[in-house]
Amino acid sequence: MHSAIANPQADQAQQHEHVSLPQHRHHFATPEQQREAGSFGMWLFLLTEIMFFGGLFFAYLLFRNWYYDAFVTASNQLSVPLGAVNTAILITSGFFMALAVWAAEVRKKNLLVLFLVLTTLLGFAFLGIKADEYHEKYEKHHIPGASFDTSQFINPAAYGLSEKPLAPDAAQKTQLFFFLYFAMTGMHALHMVLGLGILFWLMIRAQRGDFSSGYVAPIENFGLYWHFVDIVWIFLFPLLYLINRHPLAH
Amino acid sequence: MSAPSNTILNLPDQSTAQLPRRNFINAEHGLLSWLFTSDHKRIAILYLISITFFFFIGGAFAGLIRLELLTPQPDLVSSDTYNKFFTMHGIIMIFLFLVPSVPATLGNFLIPMMIGARDLAFPKINLLSWYLYVIGGTLTLTALVLGGVDTGWTFTAPLSTHYLNTHVITTAFAIFVAGFSSVFTGLNFIVTIHRMRCPGMTWFRMPLFVWAHYAASILMVLGTPVLAIAMILIVLERLVGIGVFDPTKGGDPLLFQHLFWFYSHPAVYIMILPGMGVISEVVSTFSRKRIFGYTAVAFSSVAIALFGFFVWEHHMFIMGVSNYSALIFSLLTMLVAVPSAIKIFNWCFTLQMGSITFETPMLYAFGFMGLFTIGGLTGVFLGSLGMDIQLTETYFIVAHFHFVMVGGMLMAFLAGVHFWWPKMTGRMYPESLSKLAAVVTFIGFILTFMPQFVLGYLGMPRRYHAYPPEFQVLNVLSTAGATILGIGYLMPMIYLAWSLKYGAIAGNNPWQATGLEWQTQSPPLTENFTEIPIMDHEAYDYDWLEHKTADEVTHVA
Repeated sequence: MHSAIANPQADQAQQHEHVSLPQHRHHFATPEQQREAGSFGMWLFLLTEIMFFGGLFFAYLLFRNWYYDAFVTASNQLSVPLGAVNTAILITSGFFMALAVWAAEVRKKNLLVLFLVLTTLLGFAFLGIKADEYHEKYEKHHIPGASFDTSQFINPAAYGLSEKPLAPDAAQKTQLFFFLYFAMTGMHALHMVLGLGILFWLMIRAQRGDFSSGYVAPIENFGLYWHFVDIVWIFLFPLLYLINRHPLAH
Repeated sequence: MSAPSNTILNLPDQSTAQLPRRNFINAEHGLLSWLFTSDHKRIAILYLISITFFFFIGGAFAGLIRLELLTPQPDLVSSDTYNKFFTMHGIIMIFLFLVPSVPATLGNFLIPMMIGARDLAFPKINLLSWYLYVIGGTLTLTALVLGGVDTGWTFTAPLSTHYLNTHVITTAFAIFVAGFSSVFTGLNFIVTIHRMRCPGMTWFRMPLFVWAHYAASILMVLGTPVLAIAMILIVLERLVGIGVFDPTKGGDPLLFQHLFWFYSHPAVYIMILPGMGVISEVVSTFSRKRIFGYTAVAFSSVAIALFGFFVWEHHMFIMGVSNYSALIFSLLTMLVAVPSAIKIFNWCFTLQMGSITFETPMLYAFGFMGLFTIGGLTGVFLGSLGMDIQLTETYFIVAHFHFVMVGGMLMAFLAGVHFWWPKMTGRMYPESLSKLAAVVTFIGFILTFMPQFVLGYLGMPRRYHAYPPEFQVLNVLSTAGATILGIGYLMPMIYLAWSLKYGAIAGNNPWQATGLEWQTQSPPLTENFTEIPIMDHEAYDYDWLEHKTADEVTHVA
């Protein structure tokens, strides 16, 4: 667009500073300005994401306070080992993403592609385990809606569980827990799916050598996004899986 | 700054002005060059066309509402259809007109020019924002064509989630998408204002228009995602049938109210702040004075943005919230009146001893100041706990809201469109006709909404299509006023279109205004400036402008 109109000054300025950056956009005075604007924009976007998830967290905290017993009982249905493994997988994936940013900065193309692939693989591993957990909920009829089944919470002994039985109306409230569980982890998973899509695009570009000449902004900014998705999970895991799992001791 | 002097009393002779040979409008040709542009000025024009389209659709529904209310009996449409009318009017006017009105058109066009940049920081995201707006608008129209939606623009749960069988999902999704268009606009503005200012353009040299947009952008970025999640929960609740908001299933309808108003109260500041920015520019230019208390006006924008986040519960005083929190939110609501008053007072002091001229933008600005003050003061009525219980859900609140949004924001929008029309198109609008339009709009507005204050005070509830016969006189007045108001809005539409071809050539700076956007050709180049300007003076420095112009004249001679 801008190149259609020759702008001698901007062209000159560009030749002065970085001949090697075809990605430099002409409306920025310098490549530094472009890079700073990009990462600032990404941080702001993450801020909007915090507000977005914030609404869900708020709803969760509210209902957890209101329907404490139901939420605790329902929370006991989640598998801590699977959640913990997934946490480890996601953190490792984030670690490889950080390495990918480093590889781009030191301009090591093959290493960058390798780290992006590892990040992607671990992302898929996370989603795979998550899908398995979802499937288990499906089999137990713990997906909210018409087929939701509360009998396991009303009569846990019949299912071989040592839970405190819930009254039928209190047991209905477990449905709220599972709705919020699916809404929160589902929204998180959706962010992962979008992230994986972007990762493929970054891999293609990295393979093409786009990030081998000092232009690392897309890798860096995607790294911020990927770490943000990690951090959301770091909050989801304790809130959904861990807090007060067995308050029946007293 | 030295004592303000009344530098220029006469506007420059425009008879010698010529349209620049090369500008952003003729830089490229063809529809595709517009649809795939990344030029902020072209995107602003795209936005201007699309929001005008939606404004007239929303206005048509307003007309239908007023037509039904002409008589006490429900004789034009059934109550269900009436519900759909006011819902569509509200959704279109708020989400598709008021929220993007000034920021996406004037802000998009002017912010880069005002701070001496070539474009916004993220031109492609800017274009994406327009496409999201169009998709959101199309989805809204789809819902309308398929049979409409009748939740009211507030989507009150569990009404919207369990008791209605209209196109709630489509509409909620439309608002979700349009919301992201707003997030991207705000994000772009914040980054641009932080990172793209030209040399010498310090924060306190920026025009107040930019400050106002900065404050509004904070609200867009922080508030809109919460609306997005509220809409998603509404959609999920309808699809899955589980009740986060449904009290029969243990859900909490107040939770929806909290999430919704956490956005929708700040949203009224998203709508009004950019308008206040326009008024600052117009008042300064047509009184030939630096804005009185520049710093106070700048910070009052940010203060409105901050306080605006902590008053949302005043929409919920009658909904069973605790008395103590209602008390606190009532106090906080009073607090937000302070920065708004700072602005009004400072504009008045700017006018004092200024050499005021009454061009069309200034007429609209006067309209804004009067009507916004009335709207703001009646807002204090509604923020007081006792009065609110009497007045809420009556026509009083309808009148209050329209005084602020239509009397305030729409006046500011029209002031801005007229003020920058020469800059955007290179041509002047017809001055006397547009003055007439400004006066017609003002008269029509007062006639439409003043009676509604009385109606509300007498107890006529909002959102009903029938009313007791004793209210008819006031309703007829209101409907008559709406007709005049409609004419007042059609007039600019027609003569502005006419001026595109036949208007007088404007020249670079027809108003002798000080902003950087006026120091370049009209319409501007695609790259805005041939070389990046250096800001070597304060904002609104008319002495600087006079000397600059004097220099230029010597050059020519």
